[in-house]
Amino acid sequence: MTTMNGAELLIRMLEVQGITIITGIPGGANLPLYDALRASTTIRHVLARHEQGAGFAAQGMARSTGSPGVCIATSGPGATNILTAIADAYLDSVPVICITGQVPKSLIGTDAFQEVDTYGMSIPITKHNFLIRSADEIPATIARAFDIALSGRPGPVLVDVPKDVQQQVIEVEALETAPPRKSNACCGKEEIVRAAAMINDASKPILYLGGGVINSGAADVVRSYVDICGLPATMTLMGLGAVPSSNPRALGMLGMHAARSTNMALEECDLLIAAGVRFDDRATGKISEFCPNADVIHIDIDPSEVHKLRRANVALIGDLKVCLEELLPLLQPRTRSDWHGRIAELKERFPLAVAESLIPQKPYGLIRKVAEVVGDEAIITTDVGKHQMWTAQVYPFSRPRQFLTSGGLGTMGFGLPAAIGAALANPDRLVVCFSGDGSLQMNIQELATAVENRLDIKIIIFNNNSLGLVHQQQNLFYDGQVFASEYAIDIDFAAIARGFGMQAVDFRFSPLASNLLKDALLAPGPCLINVPIDKSEEVYPMVPPGAANSTMIGGFAADIKN
Amino acid sequence: MDNAREGILIELTVSNHPGVMSHICGLFSRRAYNLEKILCFPRPGGQESKMWLLVEEEDRLDQVLKQIDKLEDVQTIDYRRNSRGFFLQLEEMVERL
Repeated sequence: MTTMNGAELLIRMLEVQGITIITGIPGGANLPLYDALRASTTIRHVLARHEQGAGFAAQGMARSTGSPGVCIATSGPGATNILTAIADAYLDSVPVICITGQVPKSLIGTDAFQEVDTYGMSIPITKHNFLIRSADEIPATIARAFDIALSGRPGPVLVDVPKDVQQQVIEVEALETAPPRKSNACCGKEEIVRAAAMINDASKPILYLGGGVINSGAADVVRSYVDICGLPATMTLMGLGAVPSSNPRALGMLGMHAARSTNMALEECDLLIAAGVRFDDRATGKISEFCPNADVIHIDIDPSEVHKLRRANVALIGDLKVCLEELLPLLQPRTRSDWHGRIAELKERFPLAVAESLIPQKPYGLIRKVAEVVGDEAIITTDVGKHQMWTAQVYPFSRPRQFLTSGGLGTMGFGLPAAIGAALANPDRLVVCFSGDGSLQMNIQELATAVENRLDIKIIIFNNNSLGLVHQQQNLFYDGQVFASEYAIDIDFAAIARGFGMQAVDFRFSPLASNLLKDALLAPGPCLINVPIDKSEEVYPMVPPGAANSTMIGGFAADIKN
Repeated sequence: MDNAREGILIELTVSNHPGVMSHICGLFSRRAYNLEKILCFPRPGGQESKMWLLVEEEDRLDQVLKQIDKLEDVQTIDYRRNSRGFFLQLEEMVERL
């Protein structure tokens, strides 16, 4: 029997869960938690500069490792600031535990200083949330929060803790260690047999792989499907890395900014094996015209995703890895040379990149050059915009958890703090953040966090001095009436980085030189690299929002009929 | 009351705490599901509540049920069709007000 207050108990419970790093910002309503955190010998606190940065850093830890990331904010503005990062985690199924301070119970509902209804506001953007009403509830609630965040389809959990509960002194019996996670079951045998028959009979099948492959650790078994069963594989933004891009059967990303050949192959396929995906509109285009000739096998752990947007002929509901492992022995090894021949022909006729787009002074070439320098071990984060789509299109991803990007919510400002989290959780790896001048400005204050913690992060700004994707859409779909998407001043990002105490390399006044780029990427510690990009560099091909994936604008060989 | 329409009655057992109603009603509003009537009673002991929802979602019923079932506070879920009568006495009472 020990005596401790609620805050000490809560921090103790995080230690029990194996947490070693927490990001956050202190404030009036979470000071007892910070006092308890100060005394912790196993948890390192990383002070962010804005709560959204703390939330995205926790995501960077979670996305790069698969283990839950923990972040802390105070009540009121602390809570509202961090909610964007929590919503982002919700849409991309990332396990994050967010602890918020709340005004004392006696003041809840009185419009007290820094009081907002954090519980109410977080309901629609969390997998689950709690408002703790007594310190006695802390052990069970924290254990449950971790269990919910990690089990089934992962997601964020928010725990709101009033200040008086943090200060409430209680007697605590021996704390139980973390309970074993529930193992995730597989679907029925009958469905497995039906799915196997469909795959064996299909002549033009395609694997459609999403973030569920990464979350369930199914990338290895997926590779057997590609290599042994001869299945070509396309990936969503969240699924990139599931199959190495060097594999000739990898088709890259599908949908709005896919290679023409990928959307064309999907148009022709007769069986779509949808694994750990949710048929997002950016991937499918107009859903009624997506893969019009295909039967669908949908494998997912979340029953509410199956049949939600596209009726599946066979639904395998369960842990993706378990389902795929049970299904694999029933499949016949196939080469499917006709189908692969057809896909190879499409790839050759409609290439995503050609030689002149691959010089280091062009977006694709710059991305490939960076990849060549940093190698397979580096972790790549992006912000949101043109640079993100270019990276998704041509970066040679080779493994799960190599690519961290905001998919579902599409949050500008994600890249830098996510890179900070990835670097904290992976001190042995180099982290590269591809960003834009628009995105970086949304969480630029976190340059301070990167410097303060001496993290090995390289930030590469694709600087077109505009909100590039907005600019592109106005050009294409609003009669070229560009409005509010160009900046009137040219910011000296290198000077700003140096102001934070960060190294910087600026290619504004000298052409991009590969040796300078290489030196900047490989020097230890954080560094910002500013690269001007012409405003007219667009992301192609592009499927107009709401159109079918067969309607693609731009890109190479755009005028050639299939 | 429109007698031609057939209501679907969803019966839930939920954890009894102050946030449960927000979770259930919030789900219906943000996914644009039609929720016509709602009745909630705590069960003896106070740990659980029973909740009855009358919905008009024949086409999307399967999806509505799956989404409700995902809520952590929902312990059991059941439904039956042609259940407008369930609320009849309450409706008569409301009409007399």
